Amino acid sequence: MNTLAPHSPARGVSSAVSARSFAGGIASFARREFRDSIASRWFLLYTIAFGVLAVGVSFLSLSGVGSHGFAGFGRTAAGLLNLVVLVVPLMALTAGAGTIAGERERGTLLYLLAQPVSRSQVVIGKYIGLAGTLVCSLCIGFGVSAGVLAWRTGGVGVGSYAMLVAFTVLLALAMLSVGTLISVVSRKPSVATGLGLFVWLTLVFVSDLGLMASSILLKLRVQEIFGLAVLNPLQAFKMAVIVNMNASLDVLGPVGAYASRTYGDSLSWMLATTLVLWAVVPLMLATLLFARKGAL
Amino acid sequence: MITATKVTKKFGRVAAVSGVSLELGEGESLALWGSNGAGKTTLIRCLLGVIRFRGAARIGGVDVRKRGRRARSLVGYVPQELAFHDDARLGSAMAFFAGLRCVPRARAAEALATVGLAGHERKRVRDLSGGMKQRLALAIALLSDPPLIMLDEPTSNLDAAGRGEVVETLHNLKTSGKTLLFASHRPDEVISLADRVLVLDRGKVQRDTTPRELWPTEKPIQVVRLHLTMASEDDAARVLREAGHAVHVNGHGLCVAVPRDRKADPICTLARCQIEVRDIEVLDNVHMPEVQP
Repeated sequence: MNTLAPHSPARGVSSAVSARSFAGGIASFARREFRDSIASRWFLLYTIAFGVLAVGVSFLSLSGVGSHGFAGFGRTAAGLLNLVVLVVPLMALTAGAGTIAGERERGTLLYLLAQPVSRSQVVIGKYIGLAGTLVCSLCIGFGVSAGVLAWRTGGVGVGSYAMLVAFTVLLALAMLSVGTLISVVSRKPSVATGLGLFVWLTLVFVSDLGLMASSILLKLRVQEIFGLAVLNPLQAFKMAVIVNMNASLDVLGPVGAYASRTYGDSLSWMLATTLVLWAVVPLMLATLLFARKGAL
Repeated sequence: MITATKVTKKFGRVAAVSGVSLELGEGESLALWGSNGAGKTTLIRCLLGVIRFRGAARIGGVDVRKRGRRARSLVGYVPQELAFHDDARLGSAMAFFAGLRCVPRARAAEALATVGLAGHERKRVRDLSGGMKQRLALAIALLSDPPLIMLDEPTSNLDAAGRGEVVETLHNLKTSGKTLLFASHRPDEVISLADRVLVLDRGKVQRDTTPRELWPTEKPIQVVRLHLTMASEDDAARVLREAGHAVHVNGHGLCVAVPRDRKADPICTLARCQIEVRDIEVLDNVHMPEVQP
């Protein structure tokens, strides 16, 4: 073996250089995570599943009623909304749940942390990489669905559709953040995936039923029910999409009517902020917990 | 280069490392010596700051717990077994680590060439032999030309030729002024590379000594493999270690390092303790106990 020539790094490590290397480390992890997950089977499976379901929903929504133009689009968007609420959290939670726990089980985490990186770089970098993959997967599904819509109805409400996609991306980021938090606290990916599924079930089914039951039992006021409903990111997403499709929240009953009347135009921003908080807070918690927790 | 004070790491109630203190100056070379479970790997992980521990450790004056990223930028680490994504190609793996260490990608190709892996860039990590993985880990460790190299049994997966090459590379690194901290089961490596030896037993420092004090012979060392009944292997290993022999238990008998002209010594030692040796092999092609991964 030969001897490697000495490496001459720039002298004097300024804080700017340090910050650049911090960002560079995150970018390295994000690139690698994106490349690995794009090539993985789960990405293929989720993309195909979401794409097929999105196209199926679009077809069924249109062909069943024979609608045309934007009326048809509205019906399709409502179908897509229900599909997104079910499928996207499942995709994001399971993808996030496997990220750190998987590295830990394979024994690769310890070697990565032995490099000149901080734990926050690992968590944030991997989160960004997975987020990129999820966005690609969603864009493919929505893109194909938009093609079907344009073909069948002769046009797509671009603004409303773009808002649906944007809020779906926000929902995916929020659920990915929760999944990453689960991954940090779990030793094994199987446990992390199990916890992810439990959270998914809770958000999709149990929280609605729980809210209904507690509103009856505790005789909650309408503003309290609204406050509790908004805490669920899935409900926040649903309301945000309905508001942005220029539809009335009255379809959601007295709570929706109360929200429309009380918050008016700011409701959309409020719901978007809720989703952003769901994307940021669990990720921050994951970063803090991972920094405190050892690699083993 | 390294200052560690009362480093303690417990897994549950078991102390893998207990109150270990050490000093390692720039350009020095320190070997961690001890049987399996002595705490060598855990101590290296503590010094790298990748696992939580009690006590204090500084690398180049930088606290590994408070400024771990900065401290680890001074270290190239070679694990016992390279754990990396099996699907990754060598080229992209090197580019990834070059990115983490803030070195140009061209440097990655140079490092691969240094360890004899040039031309293998398109190969996937899973297709590499154990020895090639070890050389890849060494290439990654050398990427940023760090002043300190930490190695955890760096030749454990290598054949005799590969082992010689790695030892020669490490010797060159030592000559060029690098500080080395390495765990090893092999007396020849320790004798040829280490200035000092830290003997660990059940997580505690038994001796801080030199290779010549540990093996006070100028005569070449050879390995004999003793075949005993399974039940007596642990007792035999303990007796031989107490008698000052370097012993390795690997499931295929006991490998014992002995001076070339004293090969019967371990048999006599065991006979005195009424432990029967069924067979003996002299391992011609190795000079140390074989260490299985």
